[in-house]
This record gives sequence, C-alpha cells and structure tokens, in this order.
Amino acid sequence: MAVVTFPHLGVYTPAFTWLLTQLGNTVITPQPPGKQTLTLGAVHGPEFACIPLKMCLGTFIEGLDQGADTIVTSGGVGPCRAGLYGTVQREILRSLGYKFDMIVLEPFRRHPVSLLRSVHKLNAAGLSPLRLLQTARQCWAMIKACDVLEHALLKLRPREVEVGSAERVFQRGLKKIFAAHNTAEIDQTTQAVLAEMQRVPIDPNRDPVRVGIVGEIYVLLEPEANLHIERILGEYGAEVHRAIFLTGWTEENVIREGDNETARQAAAPYLDEMIGGHGQDTVGHTVLYAKEGVDGVIQLAPFTCIPEIVARAVLPSVSNDHDIPVISFFLDEQTGEAGYRTRLEAFVDLLTRRRDKRRKAS
Amino acid sequence: MQIKRGYLGFDVGSVSTNVVITDEHGKPFKTIYLRTHGEPIAAVQKGLHEAAKALPTDFQVLGAGATGSGRQLASVIIGADTVKNEITAHAVAACEQVPGVQTVIEIGGQDSKIIIIRDGVIADFAMNTVCAAGTGSFLDQQAARLEISIEEFGPLALLSKSPVRIAGRCTVFAESDMIHKQQLGHRREDILYGLCQALVRNYLNNVGRGKQITPVVAFQGGVASNVGIRKAFEEALGTEVAVPPNHDCMGALGAAILAKEEMERKKAQDDTAVSKFKGFNGAKLDYRATSFECTHCPNHCEVIEIHCDGQVIARWGNKCPRWDMPVQANKDTAKSVKDEVAIAG
Repeated sequence: MAVVTFPHLGVYTPAFTWLLTQLGNTVITPQPPGKQTLTLGAVHGPEFACIPLKMCLGTFIEGLDQGADTIVTSGGVGPCRAGLYGTVQREILRSLGYKFDMIVLEPFRRHPVSLLRSVHKLNAAGLSPLRLLQTARQCWAMIKACDVLEHALLKLRPREVEVGSAERVFQRGLKKIFAAHNTAEIDQTTQAVLAEMQRVPIDPNRDPVRVGIVGEIYVLLEPEANLHIERILGEYGAEVHRAIFLTGWTEENVIREGDNETARQAAAPYLDEMIGGHGQDTVGHTVLYAKEGVDGVIQLAPFTCIPEIVARAVLPSVSNDHDIPVISFFLDEQTGEAGYRTRLEAFVDLLTRRRDKRRKAS
Repeated sequence: MQIKRGYLGFDVGSVSTNVVITDEHGKPFKTIYLRTHGEPIAAVQKGLHEAAKALPTDFQVLGAGATGSGRQLASVIIGADTVKNEITAHAVAACEQVPGVQTVIEIGGQDSKIIIIRDGVIADFAMNTVCAAGTGSFLDQQAARLEISIEEFGPLALLSKSPVRIAGRCTVFAESDMIHKQQLGHRREDILYGLCQALVRNYLNNVGRGKQITPVVAFQGGVASNVGIRKAFEEALGTEVAVPPNHDCMGALGAAILAKEEMERKKAQDDTAVSKFKGFNGAKLDYRATSFECTHCPNHCEVIEIHCDGQVIARWGNKCPRWDMPVQANKDTAKSVKDEVAIAG
C-alpha cells in the first residue's frame, strides 16, 4: 500500500487527506509550510525559482522523511513554469537519494488519459467508478464548505469585538466539516457553523474599507506564503475580498447574478492574451473589483513570477483608468514582517482617508 | 512665554530615534535626535529622559504618538495614544509643513520612500525594497571613503562644473565606477555631484517608478540636508524642491500630530478622555526584551516579550493567538506601571 504525501494548500489540506485515505492509501498529511519547510526548500531548490516551488519541495522532503513513498502534485498547462515543477522537484529529490513515485495530476481537459491513469494508480482500494465519483463529490463538498465558511470569516474579521474570536469558531468548524460522514452531513454542519459564526460579537458601528486581493493562486491560498495577509488586514480593520477560492465560488457569482463578465473578459482591454499562471486573472479581477466599488486592490505574487510581473506592469493603467489604488507585493523567503505590515497599514490608512473624504464631498 | 502643554512624537527607526515636542496646536518647538545603535528600548528611554530635561517640570503631555519600525516597542514604553506607520506619519507632517504638497520624497538612513498626495490625502506610495543604493548609509560610506565629512558633502558637490557619470543601479557598481573615475583624475566635486545624480536617478527609477511627480515637491529625511542631492532632484524633476525646516524629524512630528488628532477625536466623544502617556519616569524603569522560539507547531514563531521590572507587559511575534496577552491584563499592567510611576514620582 502506498504511503502518500502532497503539497499543503491552506485550509483545504484535510480534504485531500480524506480523499486519498478513502482511495485506500496511507496518507502523511503535510504540515503548514513554516520556516523549517521553507529552509529545506530554499537549500535544495534552484535559487531563482519561486516560493511555491520551494515551499512544496520542503513539504515533500518532510513527507519523505516521515516515510512517504508516493508524492501527488498538480501539473498545469501554459507558459507558467509551475506546470513543470513536478518534474523539477522529482529530479531534485531523486538526486538527494530519495526513492519514491511521483504522480502529477494534469488537467482532465488537456490530458484525460494521463489523469485517469493517475487516478487508477491512487485507487488502491479499487473503488468502483460510481464510488469514486461519490467520493470525489464528497471531497468537493468539503472544499466548498471551507469556502463558504472562509467567506463568512472574511466578513467577520474586521468587525469582531475581540480579535481572533471569529477565527476560533471557524477553525473549530473546519474540524467538524472534515469529520462529517456524507454530503448531507457536510451541508448541515456548514449551516450550523455559519450560525455559530453569526453569534460572534461584532461592533455594528464599524465601517471597514473593502480590499480586493488578486494574484497567483498559491500565495493567495496559502497563508504561510502570504504571511497571513488576511488576518493582518482584518486586524487593521479592512474587509478582505479574495479573487480566488478553490471552488471558483466567488462572491461575484452570488452578488452579480446574470452579469457574467469573467475576469478574462474584463482583462481584455489591457491584456488580451493568456500569459500563463494567473496574470490575466490578476488584471481582470482588479477591473472587476473597481467596477464593484471595492476601495483598493492588493496584488500578491511570488518573486520572479513572470505572469505576475507582466500583470504588475499593466496594473498602473487599470488603477488610473478605474480610479482605484493598487499595491503589489512580491513574496519571497523573507519572514520579517515589519516592512510588510508598514505598507499594509499605510495602504489601509490611504483607503480609509480617501473614502471618508469622498463621502464628505458627495 | 513658556509652553506648558503639548504633544510628544517618537519616531524609532533603525538608524535614528527622533523625538518632537509640539505645543497644544501641533507646532513643533523642540526636537531631539538620537542614534538608535540597535538598541531601541535604550534609545526611547534616552529620548524620554532628554525630553523631560528640556521641558518645565509641570509640562502636561496631552497626547503621545509613536511611529517608525520600532513603533510597537516605543508605544509600550511611552504609552502611546497612536501607533502609526511611518508613511502616514511622514505624509501628515508634510501636509502641515509644506502647504499644497503633492509629492513627498523621503530619504533616510536605510530606506527611502515616495508619497503621492492629492487634496491632502495619500493617493499612492512606494518604499525601496531591494537595495540601499539610494539611501543615506551609502552616501555616508562614500563620504568616508573620500575622507570628507557628510556635512561637507553637499556644499562641495555644488562646486561641480562638469559632473561625471556614475552608475547608480547598485552600490557595488557605483563604488567601482567612482574609483575608476578618481584614478582617471576627475575632480572630487565632479565625482561627488555625479554621485548625487546617480542617487537621484536610482531613486526615480526604483522608488518613483510609474508615479506622477507633480509640484509642490517636499524633500525630507536625513539626506534632505544634503544640498547636492536637492539640486540634483531639482534638475531631474525640472521643478523647485522644498526642504521643510524639520525635515529630519518629520516622522516624529507626524506622530505628534496624529496623537493630537486622536486625542481631539476622543475628547469630542468623551470630555474626560486622557492620554495613555505613562510619564517621563519610564526612562528610569527597567525594561527588558527577551525572545523565545515557540515549538508548539512547525511555524516556530519567534516570540518577543517585553518585561517591565520583571513583569511581562507585552508580547508579539506570534502568528496564532497562543501567546496573545489578554486585553484586560494588558490594561491592568498599564495601570500598574502608571501607579509605579506615580509612586516613584
């Protein structure tokens, strides 16, 4: 039986542990990629690679050291080099002397055979196609529940009376979601946790500014990579709107029903070309946020990420045309938060003073 | 007439710690400039001590503010009413000192920033992120290499008739370029002014990239006293550059003004509101910072603890709430510190 590990991905990690376990594997759940993980990745990874490669590499080394013999990771298409990271990481780990099997999950639409083969390999329990589908659906329900709850958390953070109280309920709730037995139970639990979160004491007089976060998916979804930006912004009294959730369940879909302008369409006047990664989405989401009346946008990108560098070059025109402040952060190995916090605090200040001034004027 | 009440502003940076004392209208009348020497606690205490010496014994502190990279530390020691980042503080001070300011160029010892102001509000800002080529430390270093004092640097540079071109992208390139030009026999003032131009180019390309620099332009921070750099900016921008009188302690001034705004806001809500300022005796208390690495999870947070006379009064550096100080307890210790001061005083 295979002992499997995989990249850590924010709050969603236990859902993947559950899925791989259901398929009949022994799973070594990755720990949040902290300082040690990053050090491991930085020592063994190529210097100019981006932080997602280094963090995942570190995670794999930790998993292999704990006895994993199989690594599952994602592939990708298009010009972003992350699509090749599986191969690069495999070669690095082999040269370090590790013996293991690497399964790279490619997107179904481009590589259907490859994906089915990978699933077959991981299906150690020999689940029937029907059971497989049910299991995948339940995993999806868990991920969706994470998104629903996290969305509620983003709303509560800048309003809670006691800092951290909403997140405590959220974290307890996630545990219950991952322990649920079937989709119906997941739905019930989600509603129950949501109700509990609504009981967290909030200050109704607060009037938080709204900040959109756009950028590359890994640094957006992995709090360890973005130095917990959402928590910091919540602390500074800003309501965070994140452009990417794993289920693609974004608030735009809920709020702006019928109006289906996608991020790529919105980006078209500025960047009418798929440049890989999330470069085009970064531009598009910024346009959409501006149209929705969000007060400001923060771009998060891994240092040396080409798609985001291109997007960064385009964003000043978007900012100008749509009259919305935009700030970019390129994230790398540094863990010193002082400069980061200073800029974030100043940005929130800027947005607040700007908004209040405009309100007075109108 | 002696000023009897006013506000205090502390700017605790990596190189210097500045204190500004203003009157009750926010006009500065006393500034104290200290080197931080890597010991922010000692620097803040020294600042408090010097401020107490300079003020009449019955001076009433209406409010205190902290800014700079050591603002959190400073706020614990002085009891600050506002703790704000240096970008906001610099902008607030610039608006007060330079009427109609639209662009703030700030170059300090270790960092540089640009702040774009429209209608009295920050519209955009940027800080140097990658290198120190455009900052005061580099100028210090090069002045030392040419064996001139940093005070002579500016006036000497102004004597230049045909400045030499020096690479400004990186201190390493700039230095080798300078040595080369020296050995060719270029005059010292031409090299110095060439260096000023290089620094300005570097600043405008890195920090100022993509920003609309429109007049009125204010130039502040320690480097603003260098007339050579100021002239180079004026040439590059094609506009006059104003250096406010308190240009080297604008952060501290901003902190004091922010404290004033905060206290006025509080007073408007509650007439009996008083400043959190802990008193000048904070200079005499025994403050100590210790740190430990939490091993509870793989994050291995480096947690800092601030002790006052053996008691933990503040803690930070943790990512999870494990080491958060309960809010209530924080208030209590603050009070007990105040009591101690009252007893000691």
